[in-house]
Amino acid sequence: APQSLDKEYVGFATLPNQVHRKSVKKGFDFTLLVAGESGLGKSTLVNSLFLTDLHKDRKLLNAEERINQTVEITKHTVDIEEKGVKLKLTIVDTPGFGDAVNNTECWKPITDYIDQQFEQYFRDESGLNRKNIQDNRVHCCLYFIPPFGHGLRPVDVQFMKALMEKVNVVPLISKADCLTPGEMKKMKDRVREETDKYGLKVYQFPDCDSDEDEEFKQQDRELKESTPFAVIGSNTVVEARGQRVRGRLYPWGIVEVENPSHCDFVKLRNMLIRTHMHDLKDITCDVHYENYRAQCIQQMTSKLTQDNRVESPIPILPLSTPDVETEKLIKMKDEELRRMQEMLQKMQQQMHEQDL
Amino acid sequence: DPGRRMRAASSLLLSPRGTRPGHMTRHQRPCHPLWTSVAFVRHLQRTDSFSSPLSPKLDMSEMVPPEVRPKPAVPAKPAHVVPSSAHTPHGPGAGGPGSGGSTLLGYIGIDTIIEQMRKKTMKTGFDFNIMVVGHSGLGKSTLVNTLFKSQVSRKSAGWSRDEKIPKTVEIKSVSHVIEEGGVKMKLTIIDTPGFGDQINNNNCWEPIEKYINEQYEKFLKEEVNIARKKRIPDTRVHCCLYFISPTGHSLRQLDIEFMKHLSRVVNLIPVIAKSDTLTPDEKTDFKQRVRKELEICGIEFYPQKEFDEDTEDKSDNDKIREAMPFAVVGSDKEYQVNSKRVLGRKSPWGVVEVENPNHCEFSLLRDFLIRSHLQDLKEVTHNIHYETYRAKRLNDNGGLHPISTGVGDTQESNL
Repeated sequence: APQSLDKEYVGFATLPNQVHRKSVKKGFDFTLLVAGESGLGKSTLVNSLFLTDLHKDRKLLNAEERINQTVEITKHTVDIEEKGVKLKLTIVDTPGFGDAVNNTECWKPITDYIDQQFEQYFRDESGLNRKNIQDNRVHCCLYFIPPFGHGLRPVDVQFMKALMEKVNVVPLISKADCLTPGEMKKMKDRVREETDKYGLKVYQFPDCDSDEDEEFKQQDRELKESTPFAVIGSNTVVEARGQRVRGRLYPWGIVEVENPSHCDFVKLRNMLIRTHMHDLKDITCDVHYENYRAQCIQQMTSKLTQDNRVESPIPILPLSTPDVETEKLIKMKDEELRRMQEMLQKMQQQMHEQDL
Repeated sequence: DPGRRMRAASSLLLSPRGTRPGHMTRHQRPCHPLWTSVAFVRHLQRTDSFSSPLSPKLDMSEMVPPEVRPKPAVPAKPAHVVPSSAHTPHGPGAGGPGSGGSTLLGYIGIDTIIEQMRKKTMKTGFDFNIMVVGHSGLGKSTLVNTLFKSQVSRKSAGWSRDEKIPKTVEIKSVSHVIEEGGVKMKLTIIDTPGFGDQINNNNCWEPIEKYINEQYEKFLKEEVNIARKKRIPDTRVHCCLYFISPTGHSLRQLDIEFMKHLSRVVNLIPVIAKSDTLTPDEKTDFKQRVRKELEICGIEFYPQKEFDEDTEDKSDNDKIREAMPFAVVGSDKEYQVNSKRVLGRKSPWGVVEVENPNHCEFSLLRDFLIRSHLQDLKEVTHNIHYETYRAKRLNDNGGLHPISTGVGDTQESNL
């Protein structure tokens, strides 16, 4: 009877709604890192995913200008709003990755960047004013594998090894319209095989709960079986089958970005934005960040026992890119300080002797 | 009959070296015994000297002392084999007064030389060595198979597809004899697995450059021999196809470095691989950018501008140069399209037809490489690249000593 239900109804079932309302007011943020060689369609894909044009005035460098280019880290932030929900989206781009003749450790600027964001958050967390911490930690890394090879290349393996402990890595097969369905299947199988072989820990979809309905479970299974996703992006709208869709127009046909039989773009979008965005953030906070934090604290405590000095409670961690000049300066100042301390001590002794 | 002596350009004529530090010009080139057919006839058409009082009777096995050949004028190709008035023939049988044009009064049968040469070529057959360079997975083997319409690549020859990327660039070659219309061709495909696949690709072009120079060296040693073979086996690389990744942006660092180094030693033909990943607009933009970059970096790909022989050549080659690099797609599978069976690639959105000029430029590449410039590739390799190598070697070592075949003969060569 409805009356008995009323009596036993406390009302905390509305919590999710309250959280929802608060979150909607606060808005969300999400940081996405895209990495891969130039020319694999990274910018186009990001534009297609978020239906924006983040790189409108981008100037492509020619080969001469790129000769001495090192890997850079560039950030674009855009505020998107949909149905009253605000999203602050940050795309971190890595131009120059993998483009040089010698690409040894070309991922180092990227791992340094991720560490810097962790460090920043760590310090903010240990600070006094924690109300407005800005979370710039990288929540997800989309890694673009070229479709032209026969699977993972040495640089792909090394990159993913370097990043898998720090960020959620989602490998993608880029420019998927380059491969026929048979070739694509072979490629995906090889990538999955080599991922296992080299022990690469890429982002795994969480298993769905056992009480989900069958359709959801089926979808989840399909999703897991089609990794790595093969994607195509497009900035242009074409006419296909009487509709205007995002696609690429070839003399032999039209490739539709959102057609599931053409590529896995829809799956990626659903996964990244519609179903697993929060999970990506959670794993970043609960796993990657915690790993980093534990590592940091461990390093500090081992340093403590080594140095026998009292460290300040707020750790001063070394900058990732130490400036040689400032280091020299710091050393000089240290020397000066020590000398002055010695002098002070001497003077104190003299005074003490005089007093006696 | 001295008048009928034809200058047999079929022995190894040596022109003076050191005229240019760089490449030899075509006009000073000697002719190789094997490919006299087209070159010879062209030569005839230009100079018309049926015999020259300077050169003694020559035949294929004699070596001739260095001779200064007059630099022929570069006229447009004459329509028929009619002697032009540039050089007057010396022997009798030319008819008419000494200076001025001379028309043949009757049919001599000189033009049958073409048929004779053709028969000879058909009997002996010829060699063609093509090298393919590019990252793994750019469709090099497939393209080569498609070009020669047979399974000629290394992978098809039963070599298992190596699962591992080799740590250094390897050079692997596979030869096949293919026959068409009675003409036999010994085709050698030289593959370069491992190029550009490592993390650190510094100097990965060095093994390739070394290989090419080694082939020149081999040929040189044979040539310089006192008792040398009638037909020197030619393993020199006649053509190097460089596969550019279709990023749609521009050339990569490695592309430029490789092409800079190799365009000086071999005929380099850049192609855009797997071009079915570019829409027509992207293709045009990409090609333009690539051509511009090649120009800025001073990379002379084949057909090189400086080796155009005459205006007709130049206009033909200009057209080709404007269209390069060719954007190609390779395939060895056939599909049914509009009741025709075509070579292509089938995707859910359509079939890319390899030989359809609206889809890709494979047929342009094939016609260019095989149907019109095959002989020219060999000639430029022999007359220019090889000669440059040879000149450098001779200048560096102060002369090459012949390799005697154990007879103890220490006669110095005329080099």
